[in-house]
Amino acid sequence: MFRSLLFIPANNPSMLQNADIFLCDGVIFDLEDAVGLDEKDNARDLLNTYLTTSPSFPKTILVRVNGVFSDFIDEDLIVLNTGKIDYIVVPKADIDALFILDYKLRRLEDKYHLNSTKLICLLEDSTGINQANEIAMHPRVEGLLLGAEDLTKELEIERTTEGQELIFPRSKVVYACQSQGILSIDTPYTDINDVEGLSFDCQQAKKLGMKAKTAIHPSQIDRIHQVFSPTKEVIEWAKGVVSIVENEHKTLFQFQGKMIDKPVIERAMKILEKAKLFDLL
Amino acid sequence: MMWKAGSLESNDCLVTIKKSSQTTITIDSIVGHLFYDQIYQAIEETLQEENVDQVDVLVRDKGALDYTIRARVRVAIKRMRKDV
Amino acid sequence: MKNGVGREIPETFKGFVSSNDYRQHQRRLIKKKATHSSCLFFKDYDEAFDQFQIKNGATLSFHHHLRNGDRVVNDVCDVIQKRQLKNLHVAPTSIFPNYTKMIPLIQSGQITEIDTNYLNGPVAVCISEGHLKGRLMMHTHGGRARAIESGDLVIDVAFIACPTVDKKGNGSGAVGPNACGTLGYCIADLQYAKKVVLVTDHLVEQCDDYQIDHQYVDGVLVVDSIGDSKGIVSGTTKITKDPVGLKIARDTSKLLYELGLIKDGFSMQTGAGKTSLAVVSQVEKMMKEHGIKGRFASGGITKTYVDMLEAGLFEKLYDVQCFDLDAVKSFARNKHHLAMSASEYGNPFETNSVADQLDFVILGATEIDLNFNVNVTTDSLGYIIGGSGGHADIAHGANVTIVLSPLMKSRIPIIKEVVTTVTTPGEDVDIFVSERGIAINPKRVDLLERLKESSIEIYTMDELLAKTYALTGVPSTIKQSDEIIGYVQYRDGSIIDVLRKVADEYIK
Repeated sequence: MFRSLLFIPANNPSMLQNADIFLCDGVIFDLEDAVGLDEKDNARDLLNTYLTTSPSFPKTILVRVNGVFSDFIDEDLIVLNTGKIDYIVVPKADIDALFILDYKLRRLEDKYHLNSTKLICLLEDSTGINQANEIAMHPRVEGLLLGAEDLTKELEIERTTEGQELIFPRSKVVYACQSQGILSIDTPYTDINDVEGLSFDCQQAKKLGMKAKTAIHPSQIDRIHQVFSPTKEVIEWAKGVVSIVENEHKTLFQFQGKMIDKPVIERAMKILEKAKLFDLL
Repeated sequence: MMWKAGSLESNDCLVTIKKSSQTTITIDSIVGHLFYDQIYQAIEETLQEENVDQVDVLVRDKGALDYTIRARVRVAIKRMRKDV
Repeated sequence: MKNGVGREIPETFKGFVSSNDYRQHQRRLIKKKATHSSCLFFKDYDEAFDQFQIKNGATLSFHHHLRNGDRVVNDVCDVIQKRQLKNLHVAPTSIFPNYTKMIPLIQSGQITEIDTNYLNGPVAVCISEGHLKGRLMMHTHGGRARAIESGDLVIDVAFIACPTVDKKGNGSGAVGPNACGTLGYCIADLQYAKKVVLVTDHLVEQCDDYQIDHQYVDGVLVVDSIGDSKGIVSGTTKITKDPVGLKIARDTSKLLYELGLIKDGFSMQTGAGKTSLAVVSQVEKMMKEHGIKGRFASGGITKTYVDMLEAGLFEKLYDVQCFDLDAVKSFARNKHHLAMSASEYGNPFETNSVADQLDFVILGATEIDLNFNVNVTTDSLGYIIGGSGGHADIAHGANVTIVLSPLMKSRIPIIKEVVTTVTTPGEDVDIFVSERGIAINPKRVDLLERLKESSIEIYTMDELLAKTYALTGVPSTIKQSDEIIGYVQYRDGSIIDVLRKVADEYIK
C-alpha cells in the first residue's frame, strides 16, 4: 500500500545515503534509465554494498532492474541475495518478459532460499498496455506502474497538460489493477519546478481511479501525498462509521444522512487502515 | 593501462587502479584529517577480499561513506579483470 | 583555570561563569562623547588621519553593513600602508573575504590587534594560521556594544561608511547609490568613539530621516565610492531544495506547531541559511492557514520577512542589518520596518533588548556537542569560518532556542563529544533538530513534557551521535596546537573559549 514511490539513481552515493529519510512510502533504486551503460556495474555494486552494510534503510525498498532481455538482468537480480528487496520494478513489462523473469526468479529463489519475489510491472509500451489484464493476473505482480514518457514516444504523440492522451492507458491500468486487487501507480510528472502542474496531474490521475504516483524528485512527495492520502474529513467520517460498528454492533444503519451497509463499512475500515499506515491518525 | 570507477561528485570517490610491482595505496581526501585510517582500511580490506595485489590504487575522495569506497574499489578491480 | 563550560582560560582573563551571570553585575558606562554642532569636511583620508592624529597603536573601527561590497576597510588599509603606521588595533564589526588589504598589514605587524564579531575568507585563514602578532578578540553583536559603552574597547577613530550624509553631518543608510538599509552596528561607535568620521559617496543638502546624528560626528569624508551595495547579497537567500534540509525544515515546523509557538502576537528570529528559510516558509503557511499575526520578526532581515511584513503577517520588523536589497528598499519606505542598534538588539545590560523579547529562534551550527554547546566560529581543523554574530545573544534571550543541522556534511559529523570552540553555551540551547531525529536539552523539562505525545522521534544527543557514527565511522581526533591566537568573548565580557593556531600538519 503506497501513495508515493520515489525513483533515485542507484549510482548516486548522495541519494543512497539519504534514502532512509525521504518522506515517500517507498524508494525505487534505479539500475535502468538513470544509469549510463558504462556505469551499470558501478551502480549495481554500490547498491549491493549499501544494502548489505548501511545501518538504516527506507521503509520499503524497490529496485528497477534493467530490461529482462538485456545483458544486465542476470547480474542485476543477484541483488535479491541481500534479502532486503521488497519489490522488483520490471521495465518494459509484457507477458513474454514476465515469463522469462519468473523463470529466472524461481531459480534464484531456490538457490538463495528466498521468499517469492514480488513485482511491480512498468507498462511503458502499447504491448504492455494491451496486456495489462493478463499481467495483473500474474501471481507475483502486486502493482502496475504507467510509463507515459516511453509510451507516448512510441505512439509519436505529445504529452499535454490536460492529459487526454493518457485517459485510455491510465484507465487500462486502473481497471486491470482494480479487478485483481493490486495497486495502480501513475506515471511521474517530469517538471520538478512546477508544483501546481504536479498537483493538477495528480488530480487527473486520481479522478480516473489511480491510487498512487511515482516521484522523480523528493520535493514532489509532499504534493503527491496531499492528493493521494485520505483527507481529514474522510478519516473522521471513517472513524465515525467504524465506531458505530464496534460500539453498537450494527451492520446496517444511517450515518450523516446516508445508508451504511457492508461494502461501505469495508471501505471505511480500509480508509482507517491506510490512515494508520501513513501516520495520519 | 588504468581502470577507474566512481566520480568526484559530493559523497563519492574516484578510484584509479593500475598494475604495479607492489601494492601501494594513495589517498587524497577532503576528510583525510578525520578519516584517513578508515579510508585506508576500507581500501586494503577490499583488495584482500578480492585477492588482489601488485596494484597502485589512487583514491580521490569527496567525503564518501565506507560502503561507497568499498564498492568503487571493487568495481575498479572487476573492470581491470575484465580487460585482462 | 577552567571556566563555566570547562574550557581552559589563561588566569589573566575573567572566565565565563554562566549565561545569566551578567545579572549579578552592574552596567558600566563611560561618558558618551561630547556633542557639538559642526563637523569638519575632509578632502581625503590623509587629512582625516592628520587632523585626528592617528598614530601607531591607535584603535580604528568599522561596520560591515556593505558586507562583501565594502570598500572603506580596504581604502583605510591602503592609507595605513602608505603612512607606514604600526601596531594598529582595528575593530571592524565583521571581516569579509573581500577585505584582502588587511592581509599584508597583518603579516607585517602594521595591524596587530583585531576585535570583530565574524570573519571568513582569506583574512580568517591568515589569522588562523598564526600571522597576527597580537590577539584576535571575538565578540557577539550585543557584546561588542557592551564592550564599547563600558570602556572595555576604546575606539580612537570610528570610520563609518554612510550611504548618504547631509551638509550638517547627519547620516542615513536608507538612501543613496549604495544604500545598505539600517546602520545598527555602528551606533555604539558613533556615541562612544573619541572621534567619528562618516565616509560617504553621496552628499546632500538635507537628510530628513537619519539614523546617524550629526552631533556625534567629527568629520565627513566624501569619496567616489564607499563600495558596492550589490555585495550585500550573501547568496543564501533561496529556500533549500535539498531533501535533507527539507526534512529538517518540515520536522522543525511540526515542532513549532506542537510546542504552540505559532500563536497571535508571537515573535521570532532565524538565520538566513537555506534551511532556516525553508522553515520560515512553512511558518508563513501555518500563519496564513490559521489567521495568525505575529508581533515582530527580527534579525538580519531578508526579502522573506519583508514579504511577510507586507502581507500583514507581522506587525513590525526589527532590523539590525539588511541582508539583501529588498530589505534595504523596505527599510527605506515601510515605517513598520524599524532599525535597531546592536545594543538594543543584544546587549545583556540593555533593559528589554529585542533578544530578550523573542519567543523562539532558529539557528545553525558548525558543531554541537553532547552538552548542547554550539560552535559557529571554527571548522573541524580550527580554521575560523564565522563567529557568533548575534548567535549567543539571541540564544540566551529567546524562550526557545532551536538549532538545526544535518548529522553530517560530507562525512564530517556535526555532533561532537566536545566542540572545537564554544561560541554559545549549551545552557542556552534547547532543541537540536537533525534529519534523523531531534534532541531536547534535559534541563528543559517543560519542553520534554509538552512533546511526550509527539510523533517526532526524540533522542538523546548520545543516541544521535551513535547514529552518526554508524554512518560515518568514528573520526580521528584533530590535533590542536598550544599557541593561542585569540579569544572568544562572551556577551558579558567574560572569556568563553580560546582560539588556537591551526596545527602545522593541517596547514598546506
